[in-house]
Amino acid sequence: MAPRKARTGRRVMAQVAMVMNLDKCIGCHTCSVTCKQVWSNREGTEYVWFNNVETRPGQGYPRTYEDQERWKGGWERTRQGRLRLRSGSRAGRLGKLFANPDLPGVEDYYEPWTYEYKQLLDAPAGDDMPTARPVSQLTGEPMDTITWGPNWDDDLGGASEHGDKDPVIAKLRRELGTKVRFEFEQSFMFYLPRICEHCLNPACVAACPSGAMYKREEDGIVLVGQDQCRGWRMCVSSCPYKKVYFNHATGKAEKCTFCYPRIEAGQPTVCSETCVGRMRYLGVMLYDPDKVLAAASVADDRDLYPAQLDVFLDPHDPDVVRDAEASGIAPDWIEAARNSPVRKLICEYQVALPLHPEYRTMPMVWYIPPLSPVVDALAGTGFDGEDAGNLFGAIESLRIPVEYLAELLTAGDTVAVDSVLRRLAAMRSYMRGVNLRDERDADIAGEVGLTAGQMEAMFRLLAIAKYEDRYVVPSAARADAQRLEDTYIGPGEGAPAGCEGAPGDTSDPVSDGRGAKVNLLNWDANGRPDGLFPPRTPGRVSGGAV
Amino acid sequence: MNTLDWMLWGVFPYVAVVVMVTAIVWRARYDRFGWTTHSSQFRESRLLRIGSPLFHYGMLFVILGHLVGLVIPASWTGAAGLSEHAYHLMAVVTGTLAGACAVAGLGILVYRRLTVPAVRRSTLGSDHLMYTLLIAAMLAGLTATVLVQIAGVGGEDYNYREGISVWFRSLFVLRPEVALMAAAPMAFKVHILLGFGLLLLAPFTRLMHVVALPVQYLFRPYVVYRSRRTPAGQPRRQLSGRNR
Ligand code: HEM
Ligand code: SF4
Ligand code: SF4
Repeated sequence: MAPRKARTGRRVMAQVAMVMNLDKCIGCHTCSVTCKQVWSNREGTEYVWFNNVETRPGQGYPRTYEDQERWKGGWERTRQGRLRLRSGSRAGRLGKLFANPDLPGVEDYYEPWTYEYKQLLDAPAGDDMPTARPVSQLTGEPMDTITWGPNWDDDLGGASEHGDKDPVIAKLRRELGTKVRFEFEQSFMFYLPRICEHCLNPACVAACPSGAMYKREEDGIVLVGQDQCRGWRMCVSSCPYKKVYFNHATGKAEKCTFCYPRIEAGQPTVCSETCVGRMRYLGVMLYDPDKVLAAASVADDRDLYPAQLDVFLDPHDPDVVRDAEASGIAPDWIEAARNSPVRKLICEYQVALPLHPEYRTMPMVWYIPPLSPVVDALAGTGFDGEDAGNLFGAIESLRIPVEYLAELLTAGDTVAVDSVLRRLAAMRSYMRGVNLRDERDADIAGEVGLTAGQMEAMFRLLAIAKYEDRYVVPSAARADAQRLEDTYIGPGEGAPAGCEGAPGDTSDPVSDGRGAKVNLLNWDANGRPDGLFPPRTPGRVSGGAV
Repeated sequence: MNTLDWMLWGVFPYVAVVVMVTAIVWRARYDRFGWTTHSSQFRESRLLRIGSPLFHYGMLFVILGHLVGLVIPASWTGAAGLSEHAYHLMAVVTGTLAGACAVAGLGILVYRRLTVPAVRRSTLGSDHLMYTLLIAAMLAGLTATVLVQIAGVGGEDYNYREGISVWFRSLFVLRPEVALMAAAPMAFKVHILLGFGLLLLAPFTRLMHVVALPVQYLFRPYVVYRSRRTPAGQPRRQLSGRNR
């Protein structure tokens, strides 16, 4: 027997993470609406959008949530190099339980309203058209003027007046002295859909005095234990992304659940499933939980992105696989991590970036920055917007969009954003060569550090974006069953013959390979194990989703 | 001393405490979803940020003062070298200060509840009862302090540390000295009845949040991990309150 390699003793954890490709977001808000219909259409959550889509530049929702000087969200690094919640020490937070000085109020979100629709039906017959007045859902009183909503500055609406209130714009102006113009032909714009980041180092969990909030061991989803929450509302202010909400009817915190019931069943989240732009990706990331704190504590904000990359583990590395198995991660989760589109975009192609890494929460919903502001500007000048040389030049010269994206995604490091945009630009030109001239210009790929094969694989993932390529979600039930197999010791002495053939003897987890016997416990309702159904009638093809 | 005295000072305190403890245990087991501060800061923050800390810090000092005054016998403070007069002065000064904070804070909170439409709409049914009792108990306590302790009206030279406090401690050894209470000034009697009434009703109102004081927060790790499978032995939710 070969000597066994010494165990490194490294712990491995798995998380279902998301990447959003901002170039493909059309700002239709379908994700927001479907999420709201499923999760937050109740009394007490009228103002709550677990998923919201905001126009950038813009103030966001709640207004100016990125201004941490004001809201004290996330972590900060002390002079001794330790992490501390920006909202203060633990004891300090207990002292502020009676009134939380950093809590956003209804005026920072928006006052939720409905309309007196009944009036339209019940108004007595007369000469005047009946009207449906707006009514506040908080007070029940009529509202004279609606002054703000969940997406008031959509499509740069009012930007010439409000544009400078965007905290990122304000910061750029402070630090670079640049004035961003909001005149129609001189501005840039893109949409930013936001959900909870399901952080590796969640500030909301750390701030909860009751211990009601937790990160799930199996899939990293951050949840609020509704029975343990006592309504101290510290999580709401401590989340720098303002993605924990206070249900004002139940008096408890609520947040994006990453649609855990669907994820457990191996299905994509509602917001992903319903995204018409096909811009969302879901997949498993393996990481080393014992490296998180050190990575979140690096001195320079701009090192946080590379530090987080360093926390992720490569599921192709046999050592990682061994440690993952020793940590109780099921084989199909490890397999899913290998096929994870999220891992490819974050680690392999390195085109996805974390949102506001400087908050030091180690967010797990990443973004592919949009190239379109650059392409649009280029096309507007009459140049060919798909030529690699032109695009590279434009990325160099269009500083304001690049600086802005850098403030959003890399704590201001424009080099990292440049590198991603150049890869996206290279992909465009490379694929144009393929499509128009049937030529595969490996030089373009090489210039941005990728191979021609990677260029095409990345194109398939980003542009074709097949359903099964975008969402690789292993089901929890399968993992549980596989975990049970691990504890299987084998039939005891004198056991009946039916106990032979432990589940897991074969590579197919469902069928036992002998055709007749099927272990229903392991069947996840997908696929057609041998012997479970009668044979298909030849010629009939089952339809499938694209 | 008559039957009424016995009922009020010999039976009612026990009833109140038994009901309170039973209700707290029951709610902590079966109504965990309904157990919250019902914070209304989302609806209004400006007044709350003044009123709530003022009220709570005042109230916590007042409660501390009550415990010291009722539980520590006069002979102990005497033995510690604190003269009765000095003790009285200290208690009246700090007590009045803390009480004034609590009353002012409560005034702001009640004003806020009544005048801010969004807050008024969120007022719970039990809030009415709780606020009425709380205000009445605080007013009675204040009256007793000002009238009896400071102005000396009603019970010349009444010393509660030789009357009420002795009765209070006698409750713990299950031999209530009812006669001591029967002889106490009226303002104190009313204050104590309201106080025990408040204790009795507290677990049925938002005052249940006092039991949730999260001291364990100081000792646990920052990030909490939990397994998907419900940990064994954790009671599942039974009542779902206003979960719509
Ligand atoms: C032991 C520590 C206590 C803590 C940590 C605490 C905390 C809180 C919190 C967070 C709120 C919600 C404030 C908001 O609307 O955002 C609250 C409300 C309230 N608390 Fe406390 N409390 C404590 C003790 C007490 C005590 C001893 C009393 C009274 C006897 C009390 C009476 C109240 C009342 C009446 C309210 C409602 C205020 C309002 O909105 O009108 N609390 N408390
Ligand atoms: S983004 Fe989500 S996990 Fe991160 S701090 Fe906010 S609520 Fe918590
Ligand atoms: S993951 Fe689910 S709960 Fe979270 S934003 Fe998307 S749809 Fe809403």
